[in-house]
Amino acid sequence: MTATDLVARLEEKFGAKIKSKNLQAIDPFVVVEAVDLLDVCRFLKENADLGFDLLHDISGVDYLEPDPKKAPKAGFDPHVEVVYHLQSFKHLHRLVVKVILPRWKDDTPGQLPEVPSLTPLYGSADWHEREVYDLVGVYFPGHPNLTRILLSEDWVGHPLRKDYEFPLEYHGIRGR
Amino acid sequence: MGWLEGRFEESVMTTTLEQAINWARESSMWPMTFGLACCAIEMMATGASRFDIDRFGAGAFRATPRQADLMIVAGTVNFKMAARVRRLYNQMPDPKFVIAMGACTCGGGPYYKYGYNVVKGVDLVVPVDVYVPGCPPRPEALLEGLMRIQDKVRAMKDLTRGQPLEVPIPSRTGFTLLPPELNDPDPQKAVEKQNAWAKRNKELGTPAKA
Repeated sequence: MTATDLVARLEEKFGAKIKSKNLQAIDPFVVVEAVDLLDVCRFLKENADLGFDLLHDISGVDYLEPDPKKAPKAGFDPHVEVVYHLQSFKHLHRLVVKVILPRWKDDTPGQLPEVPSLTPLYGSADWHEREVYDLVGVYFPGHPNLTRILLSEDWVGHPLRKDYEFPLEYHGIRGR
Repeated sequence: MGWLEGRFEESVMTTTLEQAINWARESSMWPMTFGLACCAIEMMATGASRFDIDRFGAGAFRATPRQADLMIVAGTVNFKMAARVRRLYNQMPDPKFVIAMGACTCGGGPYYKYGYNVVKGVDLVVPVDVYVPGCPPRPEALLEGLMRIQDKVRAMKDLTRGQPLEVPIPSRTGFTLLPPELNDPDPQKAVEKQNAWAKRNKELGTPAKA
């Protein structure tokens, strides 16, 4: 099934819940709201024609231009994206699902934005979500064990955020 | 040995106890198996037959710090590992020596600017005797570093001069203690305070535009 057919199936089922789509990209993608993500992915996985049984990867992207002079020309508003790469072994087709989030929940710095966890559907989501939580700072409610996976447990902050600043010292070791 | 030299039969050799100890020590430096990243491959090449670190008596890589007296820190040290590096160093018996092998351990290397998790030089964690730069250094460079360690051992005068053994030169530990006003029981608030302090320092340091 081509990407056009896949997106047509999704739009037929979910209608206006599919916020936008891009079929010209190398990896065609659809954008959904965070609250609808679990429903969309369940449909993609359990529908026999679609059969997306493999979650390749979850990425977090922080869209922010930290330099205030360059920010008007950056071409995007500050936001965070979570990108899901799905594939079907049976039908050998792929689709990318994106969720666009505010950088901070309720625009309060320090409050992480939230996306429902995909661990009930895909086992591979477990470590990927922990990594996104660790480095980009997206909270996944429903995850069985959402702790830092790469950095040590007492680390402060999420290093792949564009406005992250290095620690001055960590346990007595100079950081910068 | 002055007038004693050559007064005995040919199989008798005279020396001082200190020189004898130093000679034994330098000819059997036992390094610790301590590969952290890609430099470890080069360290293994140094141990293998082509370069053969065993020619210098340092081929017995020990799997425990308690039997080792040379720590070759081969590879990137990150903050998570730094506590373990310091702990292993403390577990080694005196006299102990450290070679910082590679650009990362000498000063952060390619991770100096954007590596949020990399210690900017292992001398911030343990005192280093010899720095071997390179990315990664050739096995010959590591052998050269080993020979400089042996020079250091040869010059040790711990018997006659009473030099303290537990502090190799340079005796820099790199331990940083921030002033109390930058600390807070809540780590999040402490980091915010420190970042604000660093930002203000940077602004004070930049020259005003004319």
